[in-house]
Amino acid sequence: MIKVEKRLETPKYLLVLTPILSVLVAILFSSILLLVTGEDAIKALDTIFGGSLINWQEVLVNSITLVILSIGVAVAFKMVIWNIGAAGQMMIGMICAAGVALFVPIALKDSIFLIPLMALAAVIGGGLWALISGGAKAIWNVNEVITSLLLNYVALYLLQFLVFGPWKGVTTSGFPQSDPFPAAAKIATIFPTGRLHYGLFVAIAVVIIFYFLLNKSRWGYEIRVIGEGRNVARYGGMSLAKNIIVAMFVSGGLAGLAGAIHVSALEGRLSPHMNTDIGYTAIIVVWLSRLHPLVIGVVSVFMGALLFAETNLPAAGIPYEIAKLLQGSILFFVIAGDFFSRYKVKFVKE
Amino acid sequence: MSNAVVEMKGIRKVFPGDVVANDKVDLTIEPGEIHALLGENGAGKSTLMNILTGLYKQDGGELFVNGEKIEGKYGPKEAIEMGIGMVHQNFRLVKPFTVSENMALGTKGKFLYDSKDIEKKIEEISKKFQLQISPKAKIWQLSIGEQQRVEIIKMLYRGAEILIMDEPTAVLTPQEVKGLFDILRSMTKKGISIIFITHKMHEVLSYADRITVLRGGVALKTISAKDTNDRELADLMVGRQLDAKRMITDEVPLGDVVLRLDKVNARNDKGLLALDDVSFEIKGGEILGIAGVAGNGQKELSEVITGLRKVTKGNIFFKNEDITKECVQDIIDRNVAFIPEDRHGMGLANNLPATDNAILKSYRNKKFGSFLLQKKAINEATQKMVDDFDIKIPNIHCNVKLMSGGNLQKLILARETFENPELIIAVYPVRGLDVGAIDYVHQRLAEERKKGKAVLLISEDLEEIYKMTDRVAVLYEGKIMGIVNTDTTDINDLGLMMSGAKRSEA
Amino acid sequence: MSGLNIFQDLLVSAVAMGTPILFAALGEIITEKSGVQNLGIEGMMYIGAITAFLTGLALTAAGLPVLIAMILVVLLSAIAGAMIASLHAYVCLSLRANQIVSGLALAILGTGLSYYIGTVFITDPTAIISEKFTRFSFADGVTIPFVGEILRGFLNQDLLVYFSYVAVIVVWFFIYKTQKGLNLRAIGENPGAADAVGVNVKLSRYIYVMIGGAFAGIGGASLIISAASVGQWGQGMIAGRGWIAIALVIFARWNPKLVIWGAYLFGIAMALESRAQIYGWFDNIFILKMIPYIVTILVLLITFIFSKQKDIGEPESLAKPYDREER
Repeated sequence: MIKVEKRLETPKYLLVLTPILSVLVAILFSSILLLVTGEDAIKALDTIFGGSLINWQEVLVNSITLVILSIGVAVAFKMVIWNIGAAGQMMIGMICAAGVALFVPIALKDSIFLIPLMALAAVIGGGLWALISGGAKAIWNVNEVITSLLLNYVALYLLQFLVFGPWKGVTTSGFPQSDPFPAAAKIATIFPTGRLHYGLFVAIAVVIIFYFLLNKSRWGYEIRVIGEGRNVARYGGMSLAKNIIVAMFVSGGLAGLAGAIHVSALEGRLSPHMNTDIGYTAIIVVWLSRLHPLVIGVVSVFMGALLFAETNLPAAGIPYEIAKLLQGSILFFVIAGDFFSRYKVKFVKE
Repeated sequence: MSNAVVEMKGIRKVFPGDVVANDKVDLTIEPGEIHALLGENGAGKSTLMNILTGLYKQDGGELFVNGEKIEGKYGPKEAIEMGIGMVHQNFRLVKPFTVSENMALGTKGKFLYDSKDIEKKIEEISKKFQLQISPKAKIWQLSIGEQQRVEIIKMLYRGAEILIMDEPTAVLTPQEVKGLFDILRSMTKKGISIIFITHKMHEVLSYADRITVLRGGVALKTISAKDTNDRELADLMVGRQLDAKRMITDEVPLGDVVLRLDKVNARNDKGLLALDDVSFEIKGGEILGIAGVAGNGQKELSEVITGLRKVTKGNIFFKNEDITKECVQDIIDRNVAFIPEDRHGMGLANNLPATDNAILKSYRNKKFGSFLLQKKAINEATQKMVDDFDIKIPNIHCNVKLMSGGNLQKLILARETFENPELIIAVYPVRGLDVGAIDYVHQRLAEERKKGKAVLLISEDLEEIYKMTDRVAVLYEGKIMGIVNTDTTDINDLGLMMSGAKRSEA
Repeated sequence: MSGLNIFQDLLVSAVAMGTPILFAALGEIITEKSGVQNLGIEGMMYIGAITAFLTGLALTAAGLPVLIAMILVVLLSAIAGAMIASLHAYVCLSLRANQIVSGLALAILGTGLSYYIGTVFITDPTAIISEKFTRFSFADGVTIPFVGEILRGFLNQDLLVYFSYVAVIVVWFFIYKTQKGLNLRAIGENPGAADAVGVNVKLSRYIYVMIGGAFAGIGGASLIISAASVGQWGQGMIAGRGWIAIALVIFARWNPKLVIWGAYLFGIAMALESRAQIYGWFDNIFILKMIPYIVTILVLLITFIFSKQKDIGEPESLAKPYDREER
């Protein structure tokens, strides 16, 4: 007979081991699925992981966005506020940053303050967008999962509305995108070849800053306690509503920042190209990392490789959807695998 | 003993973390008797009964019902089929359902839910056992006593012949208790056997036929109620002489009024009036007890004082300053200590380390850092609490969920008294603790009194009230029924007041 | 066209557009009434849609009579939905994982899996199921103005829509009038009480999670094979309907009878997208596309703002794992 017992304390090694094993099982599962459906699994894995090594700059480019989004998601998740709207908040960030870059007064067009200004607008925009869900949650306890998710669609159509309509460029020969930003609005690349840009350092800074904020600061302490339970937080004199609002603003603000970096460094204009599933990917990163900022930094690189593979797989003749499927199965196997870190499974004789 | 309805032999049950709840327990129940399981909290009474009702599976030992050995699959379903029904301390009733719907729950072999049919059966049972209830009433509309009646009817409806009552009197007033046992006694005459779990000796002696005493998960002895007395039972139960002596005997000069409530009104979570013109005051150097059956406004009372609940009318004064409208944080800053009823959900964050829990009230204090928290200062403070209160914990970075109930309460006590508070609000501070821990908590509270602090002690245990308080106020349906000096009051008077009689009538 | 005709046309369209969400929300009501929250509806609807598309192509190509083929398609999509839902049941009920995260995982996995299956198995990307359910009307004879238009709005539909009417009544009847329904509500309110009288909480929850998945599967299928649909598979086609369904459950206070109105309200919002352009009311497609989502968010806000605190009709034990020996 199998007997399941709750662990009082999870050994440290299991906390690390279960996610890694779960990822491996997910990869195995996806490979089998590839084989069953007559695809070349070896080639697929080689494209995903081998290809990522060769194109490490592209992987890191994806990771930059992902890291910032994920830290934002983690801030909300830490206090058990389910912000599923990172993608939408990122798009609003893109729009705000683009708005600054496109309509800034001539005097600022070449200013070194242009990028910081774009970032600021994006943070405020993304933050306020997230506050629609956050405020409704804080004041009326409205389910934030649904509102934040549905706002993704509203943001997406807003973005499309702008690039197909009022913000459509005059120099874009009919394509639905804005005019290019002024040169000062573009984040430079680090190397002469490749797209890896200085946003990398922003991402690293975000990881370090939020490591200290979440794990060492008084604010992080409040978030930790609130995440543990609403009553204990109230008992300790913490304001739930205030903390939800702040956390949601920060969460959305970071997503907005990711959006600003995205348009500034990669697009150089506002275009409707947007991986609307990236909010989901960020959630997977956060859960794999057990909400730890430093681990999020590492896991984002791994997931960045999967995101890159989505664009790289078709060239190898393999459906890119396998990368999406792999992401979904990773999350599933991780939460399933968590069972073994929370429970002890014993085999006992009846 | 072939006609015994229940026989349990050598029962053993171990919970995760190698907590032995039962070991080598033998128990025999005769037909038509009222059998008491007597023991302190954590003695293993409920666990034993949960095994009998199939809710838990024993790790060792044998179980016989009506002479038949229980083997193979045995869950609540099978237990009911064998005629065993249990009325749990927290009732297993679906609150938004009607009485009939609760009866029908789990009925097999029926497609439609037929309320008419069930109402008829309820009526039959009501008549046979003199248990009055309205089948159409929704559970949440019923009083606790009525809900208990629904539970009993539910068990009879399901054909229970062996009825287990888990701490049935904990939620009742002394007068209701008598009524309950009258009903139970008449039920035994109609062939029902009754097991009731309790830690109250006088109930056992007045109402039980036989008594089995449990201590530390082991059944010590089964005796006939006629052949024993409270002295022997107390010895068996706690393993030492129980002293019902007053603990706070030294004279402490009374200080200024620390807390004063003036006609305070408040609503409960459902929006109903929970406190109705409550007025009292506490001076420095005294312990004021709030007696009463739980659910009569105690929780709300503690919450309005600590700022967790809004006052709808009336005023609260702390050292002559009006704090009625202040929030939790303001009250914390006024150095008011609060030992809440709910240790796990409110007093402590289970999955956080002792250090995090130790600063829950003082994390805004500059000494623990202004922006980044000062790890060293926090560790030192926590270590001091652990040392001063002799808290058993592997190290201060351990999650508190690993600690025992007594140690958890010590940690709360340590934290709450760390800043030398003027006022301590303690809600059921010893509930669920073992004897040693109870003693410790009481001594600490007595010490605070000696230091000239004001203490508000909310308790439903009259023994505790008698032992620990200078004065006692009785709370009934949100009203104060009277405030009396503890050492000159008869416990029976308190009992009457707890069931709603005014001081003058009592 | 006359005003009344436009009204009727809008209503027909709204009912047809609301039906997939109605199915999904009905299923979620059953699941949530049992105390399990499944946020993965979006993924389950995708699985239902891709199943319907592939089996629909195959079965119509095999020469089966259209009606039989379509009924089989509905059945198979329901089974597919139930199977993918069983993953959620397993992870939440047997492995005791967080239901919110598991639901999200199901949404992501279901979407990814359906995309992958679609890419691998659909050889002709322009393939369309041309023979699907067709409309037939019951109310042609009614000539009373306005009443006739309303009736024709509801009764000039295809078999799937009529099935959805029946499903609402059956689900309502099951939940509130049958013994099993009583047990179902009890395990969502107080699983301990149900367990104590011998209701198998875990097994019941498994079943109701899978029934919820079956309904979501049918909801997804109806986007492929209903008379109102194009009959074509496309990535992104569910477009948040699964999430809207979850919002509708809250709006309807977990009551199958109320969920109808929410579904058609959303249906109107969706129908506006095409009708506003056809009738020349408004022609910015992006703004029109936003409307259903904004309507849903507003409806949700209103539901929460105007309900007394804590009393929105949510099952007491929703999303709380039940473990008998938990102490």
